[in-house]
Amino acid sequence: MSNLFNSMIEWIDKRFPLTSNWKAHLSEYYAPKNFNFWYFFGSLALLVLVNQLITGIFLTMNYKPDASQAFASVEYIMRDVDYGWLIRYMHSTGASMFFVVVYLHMFRGMLYGSYRKPRELLWLVGMCIFFVLMALAFTGYILPWGQMSYWGAQVIVSMFGAIPVIGDTLQQWLLGDFTLSDAALNRFFAYHVVTLPLVLLVLVFVHILALHETGSNNPDGIEIKENKNPSTGIPVDGIPFHPYYTVKDIVGVVVFLFIFCGIIFFAPEMGGYFLEYNNFIPANTLQTPDHIAPVWYFTPYYSMLRAVTVNFLGIEAKLWGVILMAGSVVIFCLLPWLDRSPVKSVRYKGPYFKIALTLFVISFFVLGWLGTKSPTPLYTLLAQIFTVIYFAFFILMPWYSKIDKTKPEPKRLQE
Amino acid sequence: MMADSFSISEKMSGRRKFLVAATSVAGGVAGAAIATPFLLSMMPSERAKAAGAPVEVDISKLEPGMLLMVEWRGRVVWILSRTPEMLETLGKLEDELADPNSEKNQQPEYAKNRTRSIKPEILVTEGICTHLGCSPVFRKDIAPADLGPDWLGGFFCPCHGSKFDLAGRVYKHVPAPTNMVVPPHVYLSDSRLLIGSESEGSA
Repeated sequence: MSNLFNSMIEWIDKRFPLTSNWKAHLSEYYAPKNFNFWYFFGSLALLVLVNQLITGIFLTMNYKPDASQAFASVEYIMRDVDYGWLIRYMHSTGASMFFVVVYLHMFRGMLYGSYRKPRELLWLVGMCIFFVLMALAFTGYILPWGQMSYWGAQVIVSMFGAIPVIGDTLQQWLLGDFTLSDAALNRFFAYHVVTLPLVLLVLVFVHILALHETGSNNPDGIEIKENKNPSTGIPVDGIPFHPYYTVKDIVGVVVFLFIFCGIIFFAPEMGGYFLEYNNFIPANTLQTPDHIAPVWYFTPYYSMLRAVTVNFLGIEAKLWGVILMAGSVVIFCLLPWLDRSPVKSVRYKGPYFKIALTLFVISFFVLGWLGTKSPTPLYTLLAQIFTVIYFAFFILMPWYSKIDKTKPEPKRLQE
Repeated sequence: MMADSFSISEKMSGRRKFLVAATSVAGGVAGAAIATPFLLSMMPSERAKAAGAPVEVDISKLEPGMLLMVEWRGRVVWILSRTPEMLETLGKLEDELADPNSEKNQQPEYAKNRTRSIKPEILVTEGICTHLGCSPVFRKDIAPADLGPDWLGGFFCPCHGSKFDLAGRVYKHVPAPTNMVVPPHVYLSDSRLLIGSESEGSA
């Protein structure tokens, strides 16, 4: 039996690099031996991606991308299709959990300096994945054509109208109409199920290739490749990804699935944070709901969008809001070049960085919370203060990371 | 032979360099050319362009203080019948408004006045916030808790907190940059209003 298997593998290997790829990316891909809790989220992101692809395909079998039928077809899936409710809740919960997992994955990178040389490109590819993910979330949220779908899309598409000179034409080009209508719903469906998933898959593939070229960073932020066993050429602090980390990741998957199923079965709407109550009302083009807010993962940026209320530097407040909102996401791309610290990991960084990172996390959460609230003068002021802190984390980083009092990095990984 | 000539680019003759460049340029032009129909297919279709017909509204039943919503070109248009008290508030607010005299081109010439309307009491405006396209809420209550003691009635956008007075004029220091848009409109008679056109003929 094993002879037959071996000769089959041999047959394939002469025609396709199967064994060599298995070795290069799994059984002989050496990862640092000190991965901790924060290293679960890359593989969990892959798991959620697969969940979204599979449940998404099954949802398209009953969904209708037509402004007059979309809302009813989603209710049809929920009520009349066998297990339709489960598949849809898996997809909607998966969308929110995708952001949970990706935010933690990104935070890991910020903790341990995973964006630093030689992983700048890996970080940038990851940021592209994040942008595509945001586009996927946005286009997906439009599809049920409820009140939040409609008015959320209205706000986002209107932001393109704020761009000087080309704004109006660009907006019409995006909508395929002079207002948000059936034409837009139809094309956002095309983006959501074809264009963006294809781009996402390619980017994820490139992300993993880039990771396996540089090798994984670790909680100590030192390069295990600089300390190889002279006879084998294997990093002395490295262990094969398979079976060591595949087994570890399975533990993460089990815990994650407990939480995931708990949400699906007991709180799929998550108190209005995962699925907003207003989206259970069909889109009404004549009336905006009294309170609109995006889904939780966009609320920090949304707070910044509405934080600017005065014109300055000759630019209107409206355009400033859009610039800040876009800037708040794009600025992550600059991290590899903003961080001037001699060490990568937070373990060896000094107090300035730790304070800055803490303030950044607090501002991210406060802005996120403010984004779910109706604007009042006090909340707008708070949003303005925390927007400044958010950006200060990035813009001041070249200075505070350089003058910070760091500890020396160890030569070998610490237990 | 081929491999050699590609790997050592200094050896490329001027003629070969020119041919490679010319082929690249031609390929780029062809690429741009074939992208054009795809990109243009995303502009509003002929059907979408044709769907902008004017709307006729009967306003005989519009009581003072009442707001009527109609749809024109997929947008909400408000017809507000203002009471004398409401009209009085317009003058009191002007210091707090960004463009009290409607200098910016957000209305037809015949609505460029203090009430932003043809008939002083009837306001016709698109019910769309000039910030990011939400539809503001008509708040005629005076000095409500959430909008403060200075509120004299107007429109409040729930999305980002922009405020407009009862003539659709925007307040200072709110996200919306300009007054609300007054669409082209004309009175066919005392009770018949045509929205989307300025002459009876095109109705």
